[in-house]
Amino acid sequence: METIDLTKSSLRDLNEILQRQSEITNQKQWEVINPKGAHAVAVGLNAPLELSIKGSTGYYCGGMNQKANIKVYGSVGPGVCENMMSGCVTIEGDASQYAGATGQGGLLVIKGNAASRCGISMKGINIVVHGNIGHMSAFMAQSGNLVVLGDAGDALGDSLYEARLFVRGNVKSLGADCVEKEMRPEHLNILQDLLNRSNANADAKEFKRYGSARSLYNFDIDNAGDY
Amino acid sequence: MCGIVGLFLKDKSLELTLGEMLTQMLITMSDRGPDSAGIAIYKNPKNSFTKVTVQSSQPQIDFENIKIELDSLFNQNLEIMIIDTHAIITIETEYLNSIKEILATSFPNLRIMSIGDSIEIYKEVGLPETVANRFDISKMSGSHGIGHTRMATESAVTTMGAHPFSTGNDQCLVHNGSLSNHNSLRRKLRKEGIECETDNDTEVAAAFLTYKMNEGYNLGDALKAGITELDGFYTFLVGTKNGFGVLRDPIACKPAVLAETEQYVAFGSEYRALVNLPNIDSAKVWEPEPATVYFWEH
Amino acid sequence: MTDHRKPHTTPVKSWTFDDHTNSYIRRAAATGIYDIRGGGAKRRVPHFDDLLFLGASMSRYPLEGYREKCDTSVKLGTRYAKNPIELDIPITIAGMSFGALSGQAKEALGRGASAAGTSTTTGDGGMTPEERGHSTKLVYQYLPSRYGMNPDDLRKADAIEIVVGQGAKPGGGGMLLGQKISDRVAEMRNLPKGIDQRSACRHPDWTGPDDLEIKILELREITSWKVPIYIKIGGARPYFDTTLAIKAGADVVVLDGMQGGTAATQDVFIEHVGQPTLACIRPAVQALQDLGMHRKVQLVLSGGIRTGADVAKALALGADAVSIGTAALIALGDNDPRWEKEYNKLGTTAGAYDDWHEGLDPAGITTQDPQLSARLDPILAGQRLKNYLKVMTLEAQTIARACGKNHILNLEPEDLCALTMEAAAMAQVPLSGTNWIPGKPDV
Repeated sequence: METIDLTKSSLRDLNEILQRQSEITNQKQWEVINPKGAHAVAVGLNAPLELSIKGSTGYYCGGMNQKANIKVYGSVGPGVCENMMSGCVTIEGDASQYAGATGQGGLLVIKGNAASRCGISMKGINIVVHGNIGHMSAFMAQSGNLVVLGDAGDALGDSLYEARLFVRGNVKSLGADCVEKEMRPEHLNILQDLLNRSNANADAKEFKRYGSARSLYNFDIDNAGDY
Repeated sequence: MCGIVGLFLKDKSLELTLGEMLTQMLITMSDRGPDSAGIAIYKNPKNSFTKVTVQSSQPQIDFENIKIELDSLFNQNLEIMIIDTHAIITIETEYLNSIKEILATSFPNLRIMSIGDSIEIYKEVGLPETVANRFDISKMSGSHGIGHTRMATESAVTTMGAHPFSTGNDQCLVHNGSLSNHNSLRRKLRKEGIECETDNDTEVAAAFLTYKMNEGYNLGDALKAGITELDGFYTFLVGTKNGFGVLRDPIACKPAVLAETEQYVAFGSEYRALVNLPNIDSAKVWEPEPATVYFWEH
Repeated sequence: MTDHRKPHTTPVKSWTFDDHTNSYIRRAAATGIYDIRGGGAKRRVPHFDDLLFLGASMSRYPLEGYREKCDTSVKLGTRYAKNPIELDIPITIAGMSFGALSGQAKEALGRGASAAGTSTTTGDGGMTPEERGHSTKLVYQYLPSRYGMNPDDLRKADAIEIVVGQGAKPGGGGMLLGQKISDRVAEMRNLPKGIDQRSACRHPDWTGPDDLEIKILELREITSWKVPIYIKIGGARPYFDTTLAIKAGADVVVLDGMQGGTAATQDVFIEHVGQPTLACIRPAVQALQDLGMHRKVQLVLSGGIRTGADVAKALALGADAVSIGTAALIALGDNDPRWEKEYNKLGTTAGAYDDWHEGLDPAGITTQDPQLSARLDPILAGQRLKNYLKVMTLEAQTIARACGKNHILNLEPEDLCALTMEAAAMAQVPLSGTNWIPGKPDV
């Protein structure tokens, strides 16, 4: 286990060491202590490391992550795992806004609550939030799955493309072109798999599915008010 | 664009370290705003006395003159404390209007930073650490305070452009964001008799709240009125004599983090600002909901 | 036959309700949706043509053509980056996406720019391997959509350009029609094929220069602080925007005036939002000077740059380099009269064709159609671009030499005068034949 203390090492040193690790590494276990809300912690990683971050971070923790398995024992600021490509990131505490923004792959698990715009513009990432999510979540979400065990705020899935949204709790309101959809066996399978992988104590059958009504896909004068 | 911080103490035993904690929080936010900084501290209200905080760009001359002038007029009932470019004039409340008149006629180049029973506002151009050191903020005690570090958007970097803005007794406001209808509002408020001194959008927001409260609204309702009448992106942190309030606009893009324990309520633009507060690891930490007024009062 | 006892006055059309306006109204009434087109502002606004250089005289001596060098090289990104971009000429190719342009057009741009010793820029949709292959210097745009954005490409780039806005649509967003989402483009952007594309107007994970500062930190950390970070803004509030871009941590500011083109957006946006390029330069340079950052944070100007004279004037007013988009496409063959018959079939004429979003471009440049795009030979077109860049550079050098400069960046505002009051006020140079700059006290 390699430990990096952010009160002693600089952010540049931290990211440089972690980014330098390649596919073939003996040193797989890493730990960062005293993050104290620092920004851009563990960004641009590109190897299947196991990284523990002991404490809370600022913005963009795990940004553009590839392959790494990161666990944050604390909360994270805005934009956690923004544009993530692959790997698995778990936040034990809460996440601020824009969690998983524009993510293209991998799995982001938030044990606490995520704030507004969770999964905004997501492009293939899977996000599982054990708690609640805030307003404007999954705005313009293109693909991937957003799973929420708690409640969702206003305007869920506004301008949604093909991403799938599964919510167990209450949805305050749905955004433009987002509707409740039928839960079919294939959806239950996808959902249950994600719940299992994120250690969520829930049954897929308790969830509702939401998706795009696809009425904004090609312009129709009658929908002009929705833009 | 900016960084804002606030601390409201529930536990009186922490009052001696208010200034120190607030200074630390503010310095952490320096990256968000290098242009100017300011702090409002609520402290030591003296029964039937009011404090007027003034600023001068030539303190040696001005404060010497004002001491002479006011001593001769008010003698027993007056105290003047000078700190760097600011002076706190503590006067019996019944003489407040006279003081304001004297300041307006004989000392027009002195800028009034705040008026109130508890409030003292210190603000200057420069980095938070520099500003805090000039006024020795970390040695100050108090019951609550708010601070701001500024990156100017559409108005000039000047002392008066710095936040907090105070447009009413014991009231002050700091702001992170950008209002889009501040020019029209400024004109409207002018018609109602409320003049803004700067081009700053935040001053307009402060003036708007004062205007509403002059019309009889309490702070909570004045903030609620702001949700419809103030257009743009904002996180507001407001101070009053006994309390402290937070409001985010309905779109809520600008960051905001609250933390509460049995001893205090703290606010910061980023979680980083709160990390050194006592028992932060066991605090309830959350982000305020959009278009929702949060308020704490002693 | 006119009856002399009851003569008619000659018919007069309205200036307010002219032919174009009336056709706009008819179109709106028929379709119920705004008009979308490509390109930049077409209407006449004060521009570089309204400025003149003074040249050599009794007090100022020119340089000889060959022996006395006039250097044109420029370095962009010297503030923080380990590897600033070194250009042989102060003219770069602006961001245009694969998707908006055909693969052949992108290749041509890469070939021409590389031959001329300058950079190209990706656009909305990401970096293609072909583009990275053909451009010796490639700037990677970071846009609100984040289509195709990934760390591997970010690290392959020579610079990163964060797009906050562009001249055609400062604050842009809205809808684009579906015809241009070909299979390859749909896959790159992770969108269903053939649908209308909705465009976000703000970045998804930051709002405001205070948060942008943190985003820039993240991008630098991902790319090990090696490459310059540009911030591109439209012509909105150039003084404040430039100030804030510098405070947020930019290495380079790219400023795009209203004449700057786009692949497709609402016509009303292009023509009525954003200031002319000429009006934006001096406030931006003032901001740099006020912060002591002129020539330390470089300013790249775009929006209607057409000739070597435009290049020289932009540099004289304080820019470090310029960027061309529309002009580059015209050099490749866009709107060429050789396709006039086909333009007529589309209801337009060479020089006016701007419905690029329909993907029917006869020149094969703003289309994904395989047959049309095959009309553009990337090698020949690349050659044409290189020639054009060469001419602009030679013209700018000619002017600079005539003004006595041995480096093109030594041109200054005092080398200029203005032909109109508006240009004099905007460029802050005197009206020709006078010492008078409108708005400034008499010296």
